[in-house]
Amino acid sequence: MKRKEILRKYEAKPDNLLYILHDIQDASPYNYVTEEDMEEIADFLGLPYSKVYGTATFYSMISQKPRGKHVIRLCDSPPCHLMGSESILDILKEELGIDVGQTTPDMLFTLEITSCLGVCGVAPAMMIDEEVFGNLTPKKLRKIIKDYREGNV
Amino acid sequence: MAEMVKLYIDGIEVEVPEGTTILNAAKKAGKSIPTLCYHEDLPPTAACGVCVIEYEGRPGMQRACCTPVAPGMKVITNSKLLRERRKAVVGLVLSNHNVDCPSCAANEKCELQKLANDLGVDMHMYEKILDHRPEDKTSVAIVRDPDKCILCGRCVTVCDEIQTVHAIEITDRGFEAHVDTAFSAGMGASPCVNCGQCIVYCPTGALREQSHLEAVWDAILDPEKHVVVQEAPAIRASIGEEFGMEIGSVTVGKMYAALKRIGFDAIFDTNFSADLTIMEEGTELVQRINNGGKLPLITSCSPGWVKFMETFFPNLGENTSTAKSPQQMMGALTKTYYAEKSGIDPEKIVSVSIMPCTAKKFEAQRPEMRDSGYQDVDYVLTTREFVRMIREAGLDFKNLPEEEPYHALADYTGAATIFGATGGVMEAAVRSAYYLLTKKDMPNVDIKPVRGMEGIKEAELEIPGVGKVKVAVAHGLGNARELLTKVSKQLEETGKSEYAFIEIMACPGGCVGGGGQPYGSSIAMRARRGEGLYQEDSSLPKRCSHHNEAILNLYKEFLGEPGSKKAHKLLHTNYVERSVVSGDAVREITHKH
Amino acid sequence: MSLITKYVLISIDEDTLIAGARKVESELNRILAEQGLSSEIMVVETGTMGIMGKGVVMLIQPDDVTYVNVTPEDVREIVSEHLLKGRPVKRLQFTGKVDQSVISFRETAQELKKQNRVVLANSGLIDPESIDEYIAVNGYEALGKALTAHKPEEIIDMVKTSGLRGRGGAGFPTGLKWSFTAPLKNTPKYIVCNADEGEPGTFKDRLIMEGDPHKLIEGMAIAAYAIGAEKGFIYIRGEYALSISRTQKAIEDARAYGLLGKNIFGTSFSFDLEIKKGAGAYVCGEETALINSLEGGRGNPRVKPPFPGVKGLWQQPTVVNNVETLSNIPSIILNGPEWFKSIGTEKSTGTKVYTILGHVNNPGLIEVEMGTTLRDIIYKYAGGVKGGKFKCALVGGAAGAFLNEEMLDVRMDYDHLGEYKAVLGSGAILVMNEESCIVDMLRNILFFFKHESCGKCSPCRIGTAQLYSLADKIYSGKGSDEDLEQMLTLSEAMSTTALCALGQSPYLVIHTAVRFFQDEIEEHIRRKVCMKDICRMNGAERR
Repeated sequence: MKRKEILRKYEAKPDNLLYILHDIQDASPYNYVTEEDMEEIADFLGLPYSKVYGTATFYSMISQKPRGKHVIRLCDSPPCHLMGSESILDILKEELGIDVGQTTPDMLFTLEITSCLGVCGVAPAMMIDEEVFGNLTPKKLRKIIKDYREGNV
Repeated sequence: MAEMVKLYIDGIEVEVPEGTTILNAAKKAGKSIPTLCYHEDLPPTAACGVCVIEYEGRPGMQRACCTPVAPGMKVITNSKLLRERRKAVVGLVLSNHNVDCPSCAANEKCELQKLANDLGVDMHMYEKILDHRPEDKTSVAIVRDPDKCILCGRCVTVCDEIQTVHAIEITDRGFEAHVDTAFSAGMGASPCVNCGQCIVYCPTGALREQSHLEAVWDAILDPEKHVVVQEAPAIRASIGEEFGMEIGSVTVGKMYAALKRIGFDAIFDTNFSADLTIMEEGTELVQRINNGGKLPLITSCSPGWVKFMETFFPNLGENTSTAKSPQQMMGALTKTYYAEKSGIDPEKIVSVSIMPCTAKKFEAQRPEMRDSGYQDVDYVLTTREFVRMIREAGLDFKNLPEEEPYHALADYTGAATIFGATGGVMEAAVRSAYYLLTKKDMPNVDIKPVRGMEGIKEAELEIPGVGKVKVAVAHGLGNARELLTKVSKQLEETGKSEYAFIEIMACPGGCVGGGGQPYGSSIAMRARRGEGLYQEDSSLPKRCSHHNEAILNLYKEFLGEPGSKKAHKLLHTNYVERSVVSGDAVREITHKH
Repeated sequence: MSLITKYVLISIDEDTLIAGARKVESELNRILAEQGLSSEIMVVETGTMGIMGKGVVMLIQPDDVTYVNVTPEDVREIVSEHLLKGRPVKRLQFTGKVDQSVISFRETAQELKKQNRVVLANSGLIDPESIDEYIAVNGYEALGKALTAHKPEEIIDMVKTSGLRGRGGAGFPTGLKWSFTAPLKNTPKYIVCNADEGEPGTFKDRLIMEGDPHKLIEGMAIAAYAIGAEKGFIYIRGEYALSISRTQKAIEDARAYGLLGKNIFGTSFSFDLEIKKGAGAYVCGEETALINSLEGGRGNPRVKPPFPGVKGLWQQPTVVNNVETLSNIPSIILNGPEWFKSIGTEKSTGTKVYTILGHVNNPGLIEVEMGTTLRDIIYKYAGGVKGGKFKCALVGGAAGAFLNEEMLDVRMDYDHLGEYKAVLGSGAILVMNEESCIVDMLRNILFFFKHESCGKCSPCRIGTAQLYSLADKIYSGKGSDEDLEQMLTLSEAMSTTALCALGQSPYLVIHTAVRFFQDEIEEHIRRKVCMKDICRMNGAERR
């Protein structure tokens, strides 16, 4: 249903592919684009199914497997790394009990590493969904995770 | 005319047309710049970086495969630095490749192996970094081994641009990038039509056929089994080259001799059933012309094309000839006519075919192909598997004597032999359809406009009593798509097409360029094999299928007449529509009478 | 009508939003309303003021008092003490040593223009969401002048004369780039703004778009006029939500004012713009990869030639310019190329916007003359090194170079840095103090390349993976002298065999690391120790 509505917003031109993938993913409760989504996008844009898939897998913002309700993307680019993102990562892994690329069993969080978020002024930084958090410290991080767990966001 | 450009390759002056690449200009100077991802038939992907050269006026190195010449350019193709850099690149590729040469399907045919050897590359130059990915064995025809893939991109280019099937794509990014089907579903769950062009263009052994070789050996060595074999027209034009003969050499007697020595119990020839196909398909064409049936009639002997039609042009299902391919006609006759005639229990017959084709493996396993009451063709070997079999059996192919097959299912005319080249089926069918329509033989059976390597060919024939008939030939599925898009549009808009008869072959060049042919079959090689077949045609005493006495005898003894009820039961088939995502059958689009 | 007595400029950008700028703003509006001050005191949202890592930033005018780290709890005090009683709240006042030309707001906008601020002239001073404020500071005047008083060739000549060079990294002369495309008869032509800023440590383009989006739009319209394009695209990183929304609003406002669309300024020139959103791929900063991505495909670089200027987007002539480059254009047209040339050095004219980060007291964004030394940037503008002595700076992002203290007085511009085989790159300066480890940073950078390689060409796809694995060996105490040697030779081989700049880049960072810090690296190899105790020498797998 939702998918059809999203597609209706666009002209059937191949250069709309990335936009559509973004939109469909945003509308997905599990933050990803399914096989059926891609089939329908391919059909709508007149593109081969394999091409849609190949393009989607190129971009790190588009996921092909279900992710948690909240996607945590920790930046480990040189500026954040220098300012201690590695120890932040250790704490995130410990707090969430998962490794990079995994999702918590309750489907609440997915942990990812991202390239530079462009907010290096407040390094180390991470994004949870659309929200950016900077100047991360272990204490601040634990509080943020707690807030998300308790739904205080 | 393009303007000529003068430049210098390592100090040698050459003149080439504007737009020529440095790689091709260097050839004129007698310099062959090493390449890996580049293939002369395909647009350059610039992936590997082996062909780097330098020229004055631009810093760094450029890729010769895709850099056009410029006037006065001074190109350096060989220097200490260039040699070092090329070695480094090949060394990197080897560090990411499962170096498995002795047991690899592409051993001695592998372009990476040859290049590493030519350049003197130390394969241990870099530590091995290879993330193992499992083989894709989901297809009944094609196996992909990602650990041997070097991401040259040729298979994807062929599948996308030459064949327009889009079954495979480069997916993911960076070190994770690899060739795959969507969602890693596997080739068997993709729109892949099994044409095997990806295999033929693969520089390594990352793609190969799903092999039936061991099963065939087992059957041969099983005393309970009666193993019969048929060989496609195009086979005889390509085995020779694998044994040091000239490309395009046609070897028929030696082929029969090899099969006997391998241990097959009876040797048929697909050329026989090619003549039979012409009788059935020709009759179908004549009936459609005379009775106002659906036109154009489109040939159906290329199983890659048939699956392509079912997937992308189901609207043309009723235009596609109901006649089975020669392989399947022979299969159906083997376990009926031959079993009866020779008094052998069909249960015990193992029917093997040797094909230049990987799609034939798929075709043999189609549920529609069991009209004898058994699977009509049990195993399909490609040319490559057959060559391996000859080697395994220790045969000195070049020096084998010329021997004879089982004539009742092996005699053929020139019309059958040219089935292996693009335009051949058209030419053969026209020779007989002319006769069927006019009861007279064509004064000149050479129909030259439908021969040759042009992608889409057309001819207009004057048939007495019928008038002008326009026909078209397309080979390579991209060309087929172009032609049939036009035809579909004509049919949709006016209900009629300008063409009465169309031949489609999935592979560029027709079966001589099939996906089961030796690795590295270029367009130029395909053309030479095709010429070999046309030569055989013109050297044969009989050149029209309707003159084949063995065929006439088959009708008399067994089938009745072309298009008879029995012929329909055994020699005709029906089609399904398929999903463009998975290739699975969705619904029937034609029904068998 | 009441008289406005004070302006509160509150910086709304990605950084201050993280710190809760919206909450502070709504609290401020609430308290002002509660106290009946809404008509006297005007709250204005602005872009960045160049202060980073200091929470919510607020400027009170005409008092010229800057507050940092403002929380909603502080607002009542600011209102009652400062706004009502005129007594600045000392504990929140900004006392950093950041250069006054960047964060001083004593001058009027008119005076600012005489200074060396070109790209960021309005940032932090005007409301980026108000086209009227942009127009009030001579916005769109340059476009009007260009369209009504100059032929396209003259615009190109002006840009050529100005000496402006591409600010995306490579430093190619902008006017020359335009001059390849302008004479081509093959239409349509396109102007594309590369706002896919992915170089680690770089976010100048984001702040330019967040702070003054109209300047970019105006620059693009002028460029389009010069090359004969009627359609433009801005390819913005998908992560830059605020840049996208502000630029989108700016485009819509410009359209409503007739500054985009048909027959702009009553001339025959028509031009419109569209934003395209990226999806997370560093390589899309490479212009041909960006074009592939714009077309909706994988962001693999294309073979050059043909160059995009001849065959680019949908095989049509296409000029791709960086945000900063295009944002320089209106000022060049308005003030003349000679004015622009008077700033900077002989061959690198104008200013450069840097992001300065890492171990410095005042990380942030600055715009200074080309040729300013690294020493000045660090000590004059960024308040000096934090937490220890200066070790080195990574200049130009991952594709840049390490510069150690020997290099502190090198003039930072295309040519002077080029003499040392270093690059100005994107303008990211990551300062490292002595407590940081070069091996750890090198390994991190090489992981970045491995992750971001598009995977199309073998030298880059496999080479970046090999380089990371070699660096990882050294990092985990398993490296050998041969491994280090191989990093040098392999990256050098990649520098000429990789298809695009991504695979060619690791060479620079590896070679400068070895050049300046060979002893430290060899310590990791021979003694198996990391003196900074950062590298995990036990060999534990981290990722």
